[in-house]
Amino acid sequence: MFLQQLINGLTLGSVYALIALGYSMVYGILELINFAHGEIYMLGAYLGIIFLAFFTAVGLTAHNLPLALMLTFVLSIIFCSSYGFTIEKIAYKPLRNAPRLSPLISAIGVSIFLQNYVMLTQGATDKVFPAFFGVAGFQFMSVRMTYLQLFIILSSAVLTIALRLFVRKTRMGKAMRAVAQDKTMASLVGINIDTIISLTFIIGSGLAAVAGLMVAMYYGLVNYSIGYVAGIKAFTAAVLGGIGSIRGAMFGGLLLGLVESLGGSYISGEYKDAYAFVILIIILLVKPGGLFGKADLEKV
Amino acid sequence: MRSEELKVKSFDMNTLSTAAKPIIIALWLSLLFLPFKGFKAAILFFAIFSVLLLSLKFLSPYKKIFAERLQIFSKKIYLLSVNRYPSIVIRSALLLLILTMPFMVRDYFIDVAILVGIYVILALGLNVVVGFTGLLNLGFVAFYAIGAYTYALLNTKFGIGFWSALPFSLVITSVAGFLLAIPALRLRGDYLAIVTLGFGEIARLILNNWDSMTRGPNGISGIAPPEILSISFGKLSHYYYLVFLFVILTLFITRRVYASRIGRAWVAIREDEIAASAMGINTTLYKLYAFAFGTFWAGLAGALFSGKMQFVSPESFTFMESVLILCMVILGGLGSIPGVIFGAFILVLLPEVLREVQLYRMLSLGVGLVLMMIFRPQGLLGGKRVSLRS
Repeated sequence: MFLQQLINGLTLGSVYALIALGYSMVYGILELINFAHGEIYMLGAYLGIIFLAFFTAVGLTAHNLPLALMLTFVLSIIFCSSYGFTIEKIAYKPLRNAPRLSPLISAIGVSIFLQNYVMLTQGATDKVFPAFFGVAGFQFMSVRMTYLQLFIILSSAVLTIALRLFVRKTRMGKAMRAVAQDKTMASLVGINIDTIISLTFIIGSGLAAVAGLMVAMYYGLVNYSIGYVAGIKAFTAAVLGGIGSIRGAMFGGLLLGLVESLGGSYISGEYKDAYAFVILIIILLVKPGGLFGKADLEKV
Repeated sequence: MRSEELKVKSFDMNTLSTAAKPIIIALWLSLLFLPFKGFKAAILFFAIFSVLLLSLKFLSPYKKIFAERLQIFSKKIYLLSVNRYPSIVIRSALLLLILTMPFMVRDYFIDVAILVGIYVILALGLNVVVGFTGLLNLGFVAFYAIGAYTYALLNTKFGIGFWSALPFSLVITSVAGFLLAIPALRLRGDYLAIVTLGFGEIARLILNNWDSMTRGPNGISGIAPPEILSISFGKLSHYYYLVFLFVILTLFITRRVYASRIGRAWVAIREDEIAASAMGINTTLYKLYAFAFGTFWAGLAGALFSGKMQFVSPESFTFMESVLILCMVILGGLGSIPGVIFGAFILVLLPEVLREVQLYRMLSLGVGLVLMMIFRPQGLLGGKRVSLRS
């Protein structure tokens, strides 16, 4: 029972971690809580359903399932990255020098727009994601792990490591870190700030799309409102681990997933969604820097 | 050689930006909508976007004039409502209209008017926190819920009447606001917003799951409407007057407090917290005041709401409700009392008048928020910076 919940929690946590990475990166660079990020994740799930339905209609799914799934992933990532890119250009870029709350309110606006747009075009009811993987898996003593769970945990880990390598080792990553540290100085040494910010949004949204697709496969159901709750939880994960840190987002996500699934089965399932908020409030009050972050002083 | 190259390049950019750029943007945007609506809609979107963007491009020389006009207009309205009171004739005509309204229109309109009144109180309350003090509270609806449920529970469990329960509603709500604010105010602006949002969600989850107390999603029904001298306010027109009186009260008190020492301290904190504290304002204390004072009105609105509906359920207190109230404050003008009233009027009336709008209400609210932040962060009726001395 405990081990089973551990595995469920890790699966859930990997998804949170992927979304949290996007929050963390954007916050690290713009100091903006990108409220619309959760909606990108929701759009990723919906796009997955739409593209799969399309591929089924043209007969590709029956003919070559892995190819269809791969194309679905690629297309969803491309579209979600474009959404992220566009949202930044329209809703955040004009507000870069505005008071701190303006972009946050703008982000809430984007989030509401996307939610209602999907609700109006796709309907308010749950959408079903076709179950390709089924419940196939392997058994180890009394613990069961499906291949899908393994896939989710592994791909989340691989993506996080890849992102960390990208940020640590490549030239672009170096530029990213420079912008996060000090935008003015970075622009003075010849880094194009706009490009870096766009890149951040593109990468973050791509990761959110992967998370959305995996959740759609895992639960099999998608609703237009999943983005809001998942977004808040992922933000909690990012803050928990220390916002701005990739390692922190990963551990924060996993920890939150574990707390939710263990708390949900041992304490109370009804308040499952409240754990994230309670953790968020406690962390912000006690250690705003998070587990891996460093406490920052407010600049005058 | 090099400058020649540059010239050619900039020329290209110019032609591109005049005509082709809007079309490229339109194409890009409609492509993004493609998977959700199919080809037909995408082409339609493309047409709409390109016409819109091209006309914007074409009209851009007039943008300045338009902005100036709007500025003058909003200033006029602002002056009309604050400095120079409207002439006695207009005022008494307006008052007469408001007072005689229940005799002239159908019940449905009275119903809507009551709703407008309740939202005006709510928006004025949130305006104290967001507009005057500049603290974003995304969980305002939680306090509205606390006010509503306090009255509902006191009435249905203990049979306490509206007037005896109202002080409890107000005090409990203010105390809740105060208690949340004590720890939360140590946080910076955006973290504060998220913590208040979390508080709102926790409050809703508790209302939803604490079955023995709140009866969960079924809600509490059979709440008695208020009464004075055994005259029940259950009738819509009576309730209308009651709400109207409370709106006047709210308006009067918030305006007086805004003009007081406390109000000036709030504005100072909003404009520059560090400068304000350097001037000797105890910023934490005044922020606490703002929170408690703002949530006080949420408690009042909550009690009025449950007295009117005679039924409360967690469904009425979602995050979207918080956003709606926030939109009222932002649309009208952050920190401007007439603006906030205007915002509440528009956002309640519009979906009632235009039924088709209802479906698209939240959608357009989202777009509206983004546009307001970009083009007119001070709101429709807000002045550039509202000075108290002018």
